[in-house]
Amino acid sequence: MNYHWDFGFLWQYHRLIWIGLAYTIGFTILTALSGVTVGGCIAMARLANAKFISIPLVGLVEIFRCTPVLVQLVWCYYALPILTGIELSPAAAAFITLTLYGGSFYAEIIRGGIVSIDAGQWDAGRALGMRRIDLMRRIILPQALKRMVPPLVNQTILQLKNTSLLSVLAVPDLLYQGQLITSASYRPLETYTMIAGLYFVVLFPVTQLAHGLERRLSRQSQ
Amino acid sequence: MNQRAYASDEQPMIEVSGLKKSFGSTAVLKGIALTVPRGGVIALIGPSGSGKSTLLRCLNLLTIPDAGVIRVNTQTMDFTGSSRLPADRILAAFRANTGMVFQSFNLFPHMSALKNVMEGPVTVRKMETAKAEALAIELLTKVGLKDKASAFPGSLSGGQKQRVAIARALAMQPRVMLFDEATSALDPELVGEVLAVVRQLAADGMTMMLVTHEMAFARDVADRVIFMRDGVVVEEGAARQVIDAPRQEATRSFLSHFHAGRGEGAAGATGLRR
Repeated sequence: MNYHWDFGFLWQYHRLIWIGLAYTIGFTILTALSGVTVGGCIAMARLANAKFISIPLVGLVEIFRCTPVLVQLVWCYYALPILTGIELSPAAAAFITLTLYGGSFYAEIIRGGIVSIDAGQWDAGRALGMRRIDLMRRIILPQALKRMVPPLVNQTILQLKNTSLLSVLAVPDLLYQGQLITSASYRPLETYTMIAGLYFVVLFPVTQLAHGLERRLSRQSQ
Repeated sequence: MNQRAYASDEQPMIEVSGLKKSFGSTAVLKGIALTVPRGGVIALIGPSGSGKSTLLRCLNLLTIPDAGVIRVNTQTMDFTGSSRLPADRILAAFRANTGMVFQSFNLFPHMSALKNVMEGPVTVRKMETAKAEALAIELLTKVGLKDKASAFPGSLSGGQKQRVAIARALAMQPRVMLFDEATSALDPELVGEVLAVVRQLAADGMTMMLVTHEMAFARDVADRVIFMRDGVVVEEGAARQVIDAPRQEATRSFLSHFHAGRGEGAAGATGLRR
């Protein structure tokens, strides 16, 4: 109860903290982009209704959705090189894992958004003589995107928090830098409080943005 | 081009033979044959589940038949002995020449009425935007909705939505128009405005097939009526003959539900459906 809180010492580590923040945000942006790309491809392939493509993809998605991302990270870094013979740097292993993990969730969000569009929209586009790709681009996706945006933002927020797991592979993200600072300063309470604060400062505006976007989109579709 | 136009003048606009379709183990169409002359207006009537909507959807390949031959104007699709789905490009080219109007309108909710009507010409026909816009305005004027060009579907009434949908189908300058219960989702007082547009199209000489429950309207506007039940054509004949004096017992029994509406205006028949 008599603990004397002192955040002043953290200033000397500000370079480490900036690097950590850059890794965290950078990894989030990169793996969100690659994850949405992979997820979009998986969703489209599954919607194409070809069993020999969609069954393996469903398998992949379910493996990534039903195992902890921490286990996936460790497995990808230690076990995958043994299976494939390709040595992966911690950052590469982390990138691949988070891409596929995020991609699995993004895929379901994108697929769900597309199949939620009324079958009558497909009928109407087909009846006009539209090709499948034009129909998707001009009719289905513009409507589906509105429904996808809120869950995509949510998933991306989770993605950012999941980057904290990179610390187990010694990727210098925000949390890993916190661990470094703690082991040098022996002041974990201040350090982790600051780390938590930084995550909050980054993500709170994002959630607010998502709220605003959601409101605007639902007003538009009236 | 001349030759094609010449050749097609000789033939009926639509010719269907041996058309079969099953969903799972349920046979919905059990060998349908019909012809529709150029400028002909055919009403398809029958109880729900009789296959009339499926037949209509087969005519523009929204539903792919299991067997049979369909010819619309100069394009023929033969489904005998082949289980392979035709390529997307071939289906699209076939569909582009028929217009379809749906029970639930199916307007594109993210586009204005004008953009809805322009969508086919711009995306499918690759028409210049300015030209497509002029065409769309002309068609919206034709259906009496020029002042609603910039309105979004969400702010239109059911009758207005359906008229935009008709304009959208007409924008592809189809040779045939298909109406799938186009007034069934409308409030009774809005049915008339949609039927008026259909009537105008008939007067313009458009070849049309209508799945409808508006018996008075069918009697009045259609040249011929086809009564379907359980996936087969039970009776076909001149509209007045089939509706006023059906030859088959099944037709008589079906039409008895509409009895009092016979000979009255469209709105009268609608009122009696309730």
